[in-house]
Amino acid sequence: MATILAVDDSASMRQMVSFTLKGAGFQVTEAVDGQDALNKAKSQQFDLVITDVNMPVMDGITFIKNLRGEANYKFTPMLMLTTESAADKKSEGKAAGATGWIVKPFNPDQLLNTVKKVLG
Amino acid sequence: MSIDLEQFHETFFEESFEGLDIMESGLLELEHGEVDLENINTIFRSAHSIKGGSGTFGFTAVAEFTHDMETLLDQMRNGERQVTVPVVETLLGSVDVLRSMLNAIRDGSEIDVNNVSQMTASIKGILGVEDAASGTPEVEKLSQAAKGWVVHFRPYVDILKTGNDSVRLLRELNSLADQIEVTVDNESLPPLTELEPEECYQSWSIKLIDAEVSEDEIREVFAWVDDECDLKIEAMVEDSRDSAAGSLGEDQSEEKNPEKRSTEKRASKSSTESSSIRVNISKVDELINMVGELVITQSMLSRFGESEDFNDSTIERLKDGLAQLEGHTRELQESVMRIRMMPISFAFQRFPRLVYDLSASFDKKIELVMTGETTELDKTVLEKIGDPLVHLVRNSLDHGIESPAERVKAGKPETGVINLSAYHQGGNIVIQIKDDGAGLNKNKIFTKAKEKGLVTSDERMTDDQIYDLIFRPGFSTADVVSDISGRGVGMDVVRRNIRELGGAVEVKSTPGEGSVFTIRLPLTLAILDGQLVGIGDETYILPVISIIESLQVKSENINAVAGNAEVYRLREEYIPIVRLYQIFDIKPVSTELDSGLLVVVEAEGKKIAIYVDDLLGQQQVVIKSLETNFRKIEGLSGATILGDGTVALIIDIAGLIDLYQKDMASNVVSIKGAAA
Repeated sequence: MATILAVDDSASMRQMVSFTLKGAGFQVTEAVDGQDALNKAKSQQFDLVITDVNMPVMDGITFIKNLRGEANYKFTPMLMLTTESAADKKSEGKAAGATGWIVKPFNPDQLLNTVKKVLG
Repeated sequence: MSIDLEQFHETFFEESFEGLDIMESGLLELEHGEVDLENINTIFRSAHSIKGGSGTFGFTAVAEFTHDMETLLDQMRNGERQVTVPVVETLLGSVDVLRSMLNAIRDGSEIDVNNVSQMTASIKGILGVEDAASGTPEVEKLSQAAKGWVVHFRPYVDILKTGNDSVRLLRELNSLADQIEVTVDNESLPPLTELEPEECYQSWSIKLIDAEVSEDEIREVFAWVDDECDLKIEAMVEDSRDSAAGSLGEDQSEEKNPEKRSTEKRASKSSTESSSIRVNISKVDELINMVGELVITQSMLSRFGESEDFNDSTIERLKDGLAQLEGHTRELQESVMRIRMMPISFAFQRFPRLVYDLSASFDKKIELVMTGETTELDKTVLEKIGDPLVHLVRNSLDHGIESPAERVKAGKPETGVINLSAYHQGGNIVIQIKDDGAGLNKNKIFTKAKEKGLVTSDERMTDDQIYDLIFRPGFSTADVVSDISGRGVGMDVVRRNIRELGGAVEVKSTPGEGSVFTIRLPLTLAILDGQLVGIGDETYILPVISIIESLQVKSENINAVAGNAEVYRLREEYIPIVRLYQIFDIKPVSTELDSGLLVVVEAEGKKIAIYVDDLLGQQQVVIKSLETNFRKIEGLSGATILGDGTVALIIDIAGLIDLYQKDMASNVVSIKGAAA
């Protein structure tokens, strides 16, 4: 089963994402900020990365940019969790190498649909 | 699949309240003129998280309210808006509103709608948006039931480098229509030798035949890549009037609002004390590690049970094993207790704001200095100490620190200082609230206490005893009851609350220099280091922490004073002797003082010498509440079960001293009555 790295500084969001995806049979690893995520992604290969944008220590966009630079993650789908109002964040994220985004607020079904779509 | 989001609510509330605290302290720093981008960022992030979470978990009112705050903060961090006092004050007000909204939702009570709309209006006022211009998207484009669509999709060469994949997009389009026709254009495909496998050279024309989908739905498929491809969508209607649809992906079609989710559910818990706790993973690891050690020791010990021949060497090893078991049990207990420990900063956080607000309303200049915020204490204690602390800080602010004019007159700096500190001392947590104000007014307190009948006029008291009167029930010094301190809660309630936590509070004061309130709290409510003492057939437990020393009585040091009282002279200090058997009305081995022992204990700055028959040993005892199992008894803080299965009562030293003083007072009265 596909492995997913879920990054969010908010524990409740992290729990929700992780619970939803695990329930659908994915293997989920959680990270609390960009730096934590980067460390985890370097020590294990993930099939999909889902990350929040606004985080302490290292934000989601910097994280994506860094991770995209890693040879193992050249083509790995990376999704941002972002709010509707943040149009500029979307393009900034795209420029950093993000595959796409999931708009907050979202419900578990929306999350799962998007993930399934991306992982095929 | 439907997932019950309610299971995440508690976490959401917890982190939101933490976020609000962070916002508050950040805003207060801004208020003081320290404009630091990282600080604004931190505030923004907290607001942003609350907004995201509340939207996701279905608290739309909260999400909507936070949205405007976030916009304002975003402008601040982008430098589009000046950080001014009114803006910061509005944001501080919003934090309060947000906190009350979250509290209301958590407790299942009504949100104060007026409050919310007022605050929303003031934020919108700053933002300069009228309600009308709320940016509702124009009415959805009329999208007739087209016969189908033709999609021309020409990705740029780099599309793969964002993790996007043409095949996925085609697959998605396929799911929109019953039937599709795909034509691949390989024209720009280079010869194999020049082909870069990481680049995309192909383009596609896809016919969605008889697809009952809108153009927006098709655009949605390409939403992630609309800046990485040329996209042309044409309707296959006979009269293809909707040619505008053919434009290249210009309109950034935002996803539609996901439909509003179920109405905000009411949380079942009504108390403000949260029932869950967030624990650092390292503390849990430590615990697991300890359990591992315990298992090893257990298996080692069980070998002895199996072995047939028992000789001196096995007994020796058995003893070693038992000693190890004891060590591990203690360590395990400490690890478990550490899980319940949280830094006192959780209780301290609210004070910068409180002091800021109050000093404004009193027209006083006050600086709050906090130290030892990382000192950890039990979560239950932490939650319950908040209110007494607030009361004491309010008190220092209201009664302690003088007005700037008075301070200048007294030759002090205009700005008063309140020191809030926490530290470990012995097995206790000590919290101090110290002000550099005028100090307590001894005469006023004494006069007041006389008026209230708390003391007799001829009573001779030390300064500390007089100061201590403020903790007596029915005492309140404020001439004019201000709306801050005079809230019907006196210092007696503060002391009672602290005692309920097994702690003590005392005050020291120097006229003209200020007062210090010292609170001592046990590290935990569950376990106590106890000194077992024997009186007759009974065993009682004294908290080791309150014991100063134990001594054999020298009869020449005993002095009898008026009113049936006895004191013991110990290094030029006279300490009242309390015969425990009298108070509890039991039969001792001996009533002769020099055949027993005195245990000198201290609580709240007062010392007594407890007369006991014997000291039996020290051990850790698990405290069982008397209140929940029986009823509250003055002078006792609980009971425990000893190693041999018998029950022993635990003495509450502060309560015992009170009891003794009352006893003496009534004796005095009765003696006076006899004399009259």
